[in-house]
Amino acid sequence: MTALVELSGVTAGYGGRPVLRDLDVAVEAGEFIAVLGPNGSGKTTLIRVLLGLLEASEGSVAIDGLEPRHARHLIGYVPQHRGFDADLPLRGRDLVELGLTGTRPGLPIRRTGVRRQVDEVLELVGASEFAAAPVGLLSGGEQQRLRIAQALLGDPRLLLLDEPLLALDPGAQAGITELIDERRRSTGLAVLFVTHEINPILPVVDRVLYLVDGRAALGRPDEVMTTETLSMLYGAPVEVLDVGGRTLVLAGDGEVNGLLGHHHHDHEHGFDHDHDDEARHH
Amino acid sequence: MDLGSYLALPFAQHALIAGTLIAVTCGVLSPFVLIRQMAFAVHGAAELSFTGAAAGLVLFGDPVIGALCGSVVVAGLIGSLGDRPRERDSSIGVVLAGGLGLGVLLLSQYQGFASAATSILFGDIFAISSGQIWLLVVLAVLVLAGLSLLYRPLLFASVDPELASASGIPTRLLGIAFLLLLAVTVTEAAQVVGTLLVLSLAIIPGATAQRLATAPLAATAVSVGVALVATDGGLLLALNGTTVPPTVFVTGISVSAYVLARLVGPRLAARRARALEVARRLS
Repeated sequence: MTALVELSGVTAGYGGRPVLRDLDVAVEAGEFIAVLGPNGSGKTTLIRVLLGLLEASEGSVAIDGLEPRHARHLIGYVPQHRGFDADLPLRGRDLVELGLTGTRPGLPIRRTGVRRQVDEVLELVGASEFAAAPVGLLSGGEQQRLRIAQALLGDPRLLLLDEPLLALDPGAQAGITELIDERRRSTGLAVLFVTHEINPILPVVDRVLYLVDGRAALGRPDEVMTTETLSMLYGAPVEVLDVGGRTLVLAGDGEVNGLLGHHHHDHEHGFDHDHDDEARHH
Repeated sequence: MDLGSYLALPFAQHALIAGTLIAVTCGVLSPFVLIRQMAFAVHGAAELSFTGAAAGLVLFGDPVIGALCGSVVVAGLIGSLGDRPRERDSSIGVVLAGGLGLGVLLLSQYQGFASAATSILFGDIFAISSGQIWLLVVLAVLVLAGLSLLYRPLLFASVDPELASASGIPTRLLGIAFLLLLAVTVTEAAQVVGTLLVLSLAIIPGATAQRLATAPLAATAVSVGVALVATDGGLLLALNGTTVPPTVFVTGISVSAYVLARLVGPRLAARRARALEVARRLS
């Protein structure tokens, strides 16, 4: 049987400089995969390749047997969080609805069918109560629930999330993680969850895709998150520690990847730290 | 003369028709100007219509065609120089400064009657010909039709650019299309009513709506309402036997509406926050 997502020998990058190199990944339906790695390691690039926004220069990408640009209807996407201004004239449900109708020309006049679909998905993520409020007044966790509702519209087979827990308090992080986990178990949705921070999702993760400088390690968390694997991947001594049930990655220069709020920057590998950020503007 | 007899005169009727057309068009554009943080682009396009008019005078002896062509060039330049707000501000600044310089140069080379170009900076809504009215009608229909088509994708691209472009919306192209609609509207409006009035009609109604409305179409409705009341109200006040120019009344009414919204807005916001708190407790 073929996997839902198949990348084989994928190389992709910007301006002839590869960010992902010879990447092989297969994701099964219902799988929950955490995508980890320092800034500039290719996490956002991987998402862009799957969304069909960036073409692989080598290798092949298939989502349910389709090329990414023909597979957009199979993908739900939660982009990295940007806040909303408090006076933005947009209610929670307007934001969600744009996920379904935003590409269609015309005025945002609600049809009954659309309203029902939006109601259902709001109910599903537990956002019905606050969906009538302006998005700018909502908490980060509430906004993220709306984002997930938006991504779940149209019943995708693959959910791509870019740092969905960023700037959320631990309670909201747990709530969002539980919501996604419940959804993939009940529907066979495959989840690619890009994060700096594996600990909040460690209990629900099936496999980890750890990217460093475009190279990858893929496997169960206890296989990948080890001193040996990550040292080999980084090409430098890295220590993986278990502190009170939390996994911490200590890189050569002593910075910590895996603690709340700490973003790992690797200075030894000459990464372009802003690359992920830059990539979005291409 | 009283108001009634003024209203029987063609110049007053023309002014009201032109004002209404411009108010509706600007009112619809205005919330997008605010959401997309493009107030400076409005300012730039309005002042650069002077350069376009000067070029039109020199090249074809007609300021209106020049101003319209100029607005297309301006939209293209600003749009292609950068679509991030910070980048955009500096590129508008450069285009504006360079463009005004060019306008002065063009005008210095023009031997004819130059007030046709300079009047663009100030405009005179009480001196509109029926030809101008028809041009305004055509432009208003085109801009409103274009905006109604683009409304939803433009809203999506404005509030949620990452997801919009991931969903296949050509956000950059859409931004340029919006700039084009904006520049054409602003240029034509500036020609007729002056730069100052355009600024009050393209920026203030949207800013007022943002303080009051919570849904996109509601914001559009409030914005159009403010623009209409300010324009037609201002014109009627000016016609009512004063020597004060209508621009003063139109600007005065729209600024008052904004100030009122700033006063009422926080109460509305507080009430919404309380409603949200109640809703959260119920869940």
